[in-house]
Amino acid sequence: MAKKNSRDRMSNEINAGSMADIAFLLLIFFLVTTTIVEDKGITVKLPPWSEEDPDITKLKSRNVFAVLVNAQNDLLVRGESMDITMLREKTKEFIVNPTKREDLAERPTKAIITLKNDRGTNYETYVNVYNELKAAYDELWDEMCLRKYGVKYSEDLPLAWRKSIKDEIPMVLSEAEPTNFGEEK
Amino acid sequence: MSKFSKGKKKPSPAISTASLPDIVFMLLFFFMVVTKLRDSELMVKVTTPFATQLTKLEDKSLVNYLYIGRPVEKYKATYGTKPRLQLSDKFANVNEIPIFLERFRVKIPEAQRSKITTSLRVDGKVTMGIVQDVKTELRKANQLKINYSAKKKPE
Repeated sequence: MAKKNSRDRMSNEINAGSMADIAFLLLIFFLVTTTIVEDKGITVKLPPWSEEDPDITKLKSRNVFAVLVNAQNDLLVRGESMDITMLREKTKEFIVNPTKREDLAERPTKAIITLKNDRGTNYETYVNVYNELKAAYDELWDEMCLRKYGVKYSEDLPLAWRKSIKDEIPMVLSEAEPTNFGEEK
Repeated sequence: MSKFSKGKKKPSPAISTASLPDIVFMLLFFFMVVTKLRDSELMVKVTTPFATQLTKLEDKSLVNYLYIGRPVEKYKATYGTKPRLQLSDKFANVNEIPIFLERFRVKIPEAQRSKITTSLRVDGKVTMGIVQDVKTELRKANQLKINYSAKKKPE
């Protein structure tokens, strides 16, 4: 009986058969512990904190687009109640003022949108309203970008392009301190 | 010479499993990349609202999360049903936010600290009161980049 030389280096190979098992084990571990979180949302830049309230009395009323959301989740835009489906179009009309109306913004650069809510307002409603206001600006940027550069607006565009568009239509959205109505007890 | 010889049977070729590890590893890496190991158990119920104008949070290591919602069934007896704030793995008061942010901030290299985003994962059914308090606290702590977490609205 010839003893096979186990130290034969030429035919010594690591058995890779169990590799699949190890990989499966890891795979199943990750499958079980995974929670694929949808990390998406509306990005907002908050204004820096200051003790005194901003003074908006100096602004011409034609340049201010006041949006109020009350504790019953009703919408009041410039003193008139409005359905949320209309908000986007009305906001766009206010900003660009295509027919040069006396009561809408003089120029897009002067337009200011103010958003005010109650402490009892539903968060969902608030996000929806914010979403519509942001959508109005996003659509205007898209339109302008298509006119100027032939592409839709996105964060991947060169900085100079983005700046030239944001200079013409800056997004000015100020949020007032909420009123205390409807807070949960 | 016939093409279909009945005589000798060829042994049926076994399917090679040599590439199986590769396939499995590929899947494994995919899951490892998309995974975010949840570091905290959710003690509040959070169902984020729907929206359309979404931006994706790119660098997850620069994101910290605040959860606001009503306590889940298990904690209702002790904490009631009012909306609460959860920081990492426990209920917290609004005034604990600055410490929470600072703890996160020191772990980030100084050059990247301005890019830290706070993701507000807020239940759609809570009222704005607590959200407003949190926002005020974030402004005071000079953490101005925030993200209202939301899901894509189905068409």
